[in-house]
Amino acid sequence: MNTLLTQTHNGIRDDLALISNWITPGARVLDLGCGDGNLLAHLQRTKDITGYGLEIDADNVIACIEAGVNVLQLDLDAGLDQFEDNSFDFVVMSSALQEVQRPDELIDEMVRIGHDSIVTFPNFGHWRPRMSLGLRGLMPVSRALPNRWYDTPNIHLCTVRDFEGLCESKQVDIVRRHVVNHAHRSNIGMRTFPNLLGEIALYQLRRHTGI
Amino acid sequence: MADRHTHSVGLVEPITLHVGEPMALDCGKTLSQFDLVYETYGTLNAARSNAILICHALSGNHHAAGYHNETDAKPGWWDKCIGPGKMIDTNRFFVVSLANLGGYNGSTGPHSLHPETGRYYGPDFPVLTCGDWVRSQDILRDALDIDQWAAVVGGSLGGMQVMQWSIDYPDRLAHAIVIAAAPKLSAQNIAFNEIARQAIVTDPEFHGGRYYEHDVVPRRGLMLARMLGHITYLSDEAMRAKFGRDLRAGRINYGFDVEFQVESYLRYQGQSFVDRFDANTYLLMTKALDYFDPAYATGGDLAAAFAPVTARFLVVSFSSDWRFSPARSREIVDALVDAGKQVSYAEVTSDLGHDDFLLTLPHYVNSLRGYLGRVADEAGT
Repeated sequence: MNTLLTQTHNGIRDDLALISNWITPGARVLDLGCGDGNLLAHLQRTKDITGYGLEIDADNVIACIEAGVNVLQLDLDAGLDQFEDNSFDFVVMSSALQEVQRPDELIDEMVRIGHDSIVTFPNFGHWRPRMSLGLRGLMPVSRALPNRWYDTPNIHLCTVRDFEGLCESKQVDIVRRHVVNHAHRSNIGMRTFPNLLGEIALYQLRRHTGI
Repeated sequence: MADRHTHSVGLVEPITLHVGEPMALDCGKTLSQFDLVYETYGTLNAARSNAILICHALSGNHHAAGYHNETDAKPGWWDKCIGPGKMIDTNRFFVVSLANLGGYNGSTGPHSLHPETGRYYGPDFPVLTCGDWVRSQDILRDALDIDQWAAVVGGSLGGMQVMQWSIDYPDRLAHAIVIAAAPKLSAQNIAFNEIARQAIVTDPEFHGGRYYEHDVVPRRGLMLARMLGHITYLSDEAMRAKFGRDLRAGRINYGFDVEFQVESYLRYQGQSFVDRFDANTYLLMTKALDYFDPAYATGGDLAAAFAPVTARFLVVSFSSDWRFSPARSREIVDALVDAGKQVSYAEVTSDLGHDDFLLTLPHYVNSLRGYLGRVADEAGT
């Protein structure tokens, strides 16, 4: 998972605080790529949720166990077949979409398993990456995208428009969208031109009900 | 030898609990009376809330940690993981380790005398299940005046008993730690067990299980059984790394004596096992493994079998374990998730194989240490 996202004084990353606002109390939550279990620990404390984190890194798994978070050491790229349809209230994936082998298949799985899904990713359509590539001819390095092209875990970067196009083609409903800068603040500009001014995008998704 | 006293529970003594009440067994028979032999390490706190039960695997017994005598060459079978400051920390927990019924040199088993006939039980000792073992372990819990185990912990066949505990006595354990186990044996697992059993029962010195009365031991059969078992406890890579194709004499002799180092190793393992284990016990233990299948009663639905569970689970597997591979542990995890139970799962990258659960890979130790640290906090110890 990216470490680009800053730590705040209340002990939870800003992007996780944003996600947390969207989770209903008492929900059953599956957190894909849960890292050290920060979000789930926070949700357990503040929203009385139950659930599990999925994580591949051994040190992170130990950190989750130490934090009292249920963690399953599984590889997201190996698929999520074992989880039943509609078995979680929320399936969350924070800053991991761009790191998996097949983001499209994972979105399918998320909306299958969860009543709602929450996805966050760095927006490659932000003006800074565009400038870097368009004017300087260099792969962008920024606070939201701190790695260089050769050492980045991000193999499937996308823009807000790319992502929404994928959701549309899959008939996945976008329940809400929130676009913020690297400090996780939003303003009217970002709301008007999300793909140009938003650095990090948060989406709440739901499988299309066909009505 | 200083190590014995600084990083070990030190000298320990087995204790015998005599149970005078009959216990009904899954096979329909009854044990009219029996002994349970156990050891304890660490101190039970005033609230009696810090007790951990260790369930042993096929060849284990009550002697899990420490030494019986100053001159013992080896400590208990899980000494690397149980002791002051170790993975299962005796500074915080009161650890109880018993020998299962049917065992050798411990609790009542085939080598014990039948109370009515005065003869060795031998082949008349009833075939046992994990359910029977857990029932007898619960008698020990009661005798120790422990209301609830802080955790029940076991590897391999021991892990199966942990699952059985969580289903049969949900209120009697707060945490279940299942290491390198499976929800039931595969056909391949049973096949290995059957070959081991055939090696024993076809040994001319087996005498239908009454070899004690003939004052002999089916050495060759038990040795073969252990040699076969040992192959399944180690990964192909581990054997390659440990022995390769190294020759004992440095050259090929074109004969059938021991030539390759791996042959020498297996023969040594087999022979030393014969001196400390009993053939009838081996038969019983492998049968208990074969029969274990908690989902049998729920039509194959393991999640339904886990419905009564209230304990929180930690499940651990080892990547190089092919006897009970990570996929088998994931079956347990998936069923617990489906049943809505609390579970964490660590898949430890390892080289050795099934036997890794006896050792101290850092990811393994730190996962358990982290988990048990919280168990200890809860237990107020």
